[in-house]
Amino acid sequence: MGQTIVLKNGRKMGHGTVAKEQALPNSIFKTTDLHVWYGESHALKGISLDIKKREVTAIIGPSGCGKSTFIKTLNRMIDLSDNVKVKGSVYFKGKNIFEPAIQVEQLRTEVGMVFQKANPFPKSIYDNVAYGPRIHGIRNKLLLDEIVEMSLKKAYIWDEVKDRLHENAYRLSGGQQQRLCIARCLAIEPEVILMDEPTSALDPQSTLKIEQLIHTLKEHYAIVIVTHNMQQAERISDKTAFFLNGELIEYNKTKQIFHHPIERRTAAYIHGQFG
Amino acid sequence: MSVLQKEAIHKRTKRKLVINVIARKLFFTSTLFALVTLAILLFRIVTDGIDYISLDFLTGRLSTDVERAGIYGAILGTAWLMLVVTPVTIVIGVGTAIYLELYAKDGKLRSFLQINIRNLAGVPSIVYGILGLTVFVRGLQLGNVILAGGLTMALLILPITIVASSEALQSVPHYVAEASYGMGATKWQTIRHIILPAALPSIITGAILSLSRAIGETAPLIVIGIPALLIPLPGSLFDTFTVLPVQIYYWTLDSTLVAEYANLAAATIIVLLFLLAILNGVAIYIRNKFTHRFE
Repeated sequence: MGQTIVLKNGRKMGHGTVAKEQALPNSIFKTTDLHVWYGESHALKGISLDIKKREVTAIIGPSGCGKSTFIKTLNRMIDLSDNVKVKGSVYFKGKNIFEPAIQVEQLRTEVGMVFQKANPFPKSIYDNVAYGPRIHGIRNKLLLDEIVEMSLKKAYIWDEVKDRLHENAYRLSGGQQQRLCIARCLAIEPEVILMDEPTSALDPQSTLKIEQLIHTLKEHYAIVIVTHNMQQAERISDKTAFFLNGELIEYNKTKQIFHHPIERRTAAYIHGQFG
Repeated sequence: MSVLQKEAIHKRTKRKLVINVIARKLFFTSTLFALVTLAILLFRIVTDGIDYISLDFLTGRLSTDVERAGIYGAILGTAWLMLVVTPVTIVIGVGTAIYLELYAKDGKLRSFLQINIRNLAGVPSIVYGILGLTVFVRGLQLGNVILAGGLTMALLILPITIVASSEALQSVPHYVAEASYGMGATKWQTIRHIILPAALPSIITGAILSLSRAIGETAPLIVIGIPALLIPLPGSLFDTFTVLPVQIYYWTLDSTLVAEYANLAAATIIVLLFLLAILNGVAIYIRNKFTHRFE
């Protein structure tokens, strides 16, 4: 295990020491020595990472380095893949999410997800946002109206759609669809929002809107975002984790990572020398 | 000096253009052949039968007398048959497709089942007739009644319905289902609220097309024993019955005795074709109107 965890104060520690350490009070996710295999392929190799409330954590690294696998593990979306094996633990608010007592459906209402490709349901804009509350048993029409309006406002798309709430979501533009997906995610009032390259399919204008949105959302939510875009990670995140070949190479404040990286490989990646 | 020999290429291009024209004419001819055959067939049926279609023919009972013969019993029989076939095929067919596509683990058993279901779709219909005769008519001692006929026909079109429904379910992009799971929906909630509604238009289209096959099938019903005699109008699932294609079959068979039976058969074919055209029209309408485009 050659990787090094760099804590906030800059102290270096082996992962064994980190595992024993108690979760910090404002920590929301804490993974310890997390391994994931897809069949024979070892996708994550001992990731130990602490994610904090009200912060944006960016995960960067070249394709196939395990970034997506990592965030899909946090809400156990990884369960949907075939032949997955997980070792190690992921603590969400102090509880290991891989314990049998944890209901994965419950976990996912607290840890929402926004995907790479905007994936609205083939339903109206209103029904898209109301879907989460409805499947969790909310039937009251007035309450649903309120949740829909509030969620769309939080995602800064309300003004664009308030007069066409009952139109099919697929009539929106790509950028609007992605903000709708964020609104849909906010409607279940999660504590963490996982974003898997949410702007990779969008034009610069829509990307900018989503970045601004992420900036306001972090006042209330912990956001973990996978991104291929270095400038984006630097613009929006508080912490950055650099993954390479399934290992966590370096994890630190974004400023530190981008301006004074400790690892040579981090510097090389950030300066575009590979990936 | 050029590496490509432009002169030779130019010659070859000329030859390829000739082949191109020949290919187009060849394929046009085969299409024309099919269309002309169909047109001749339809023309003969219509000229033979159209004069025999009247309200009396549609509402009249079966009779040996050409003037009085009607197909009301066969129409009623076909309707009763559909009453059995439709719910059985849809419930079992869609249910099986949901299991295979959404629940069954990807493995040997699943691909074994899928291959066999596809093969079953190609089994001659008369084989289903024998199965129906053995299981429903004799095994369960139902006799040659509507219920037995309907169950046999349901078995016949089940494989097609399953394959069509499976394809409909596959066509729902997985990222839409992922979004639902990502919000904490259970598997059943995701199927019920997202996957099924999105796949439903294609499922219904597939079901209607397979039902129209059941409406036109003759052989399995002949095997389980449809009486060629004058029988009372069916009134329950346990009555004997006849259907439009079987009526066509018997009238054609007996046209050596009474020449005009051939005209009655033609008239019945027109009615049957009309019915099938309506069903296919509905299927096409549903497919065009309600199919969701994920773009």
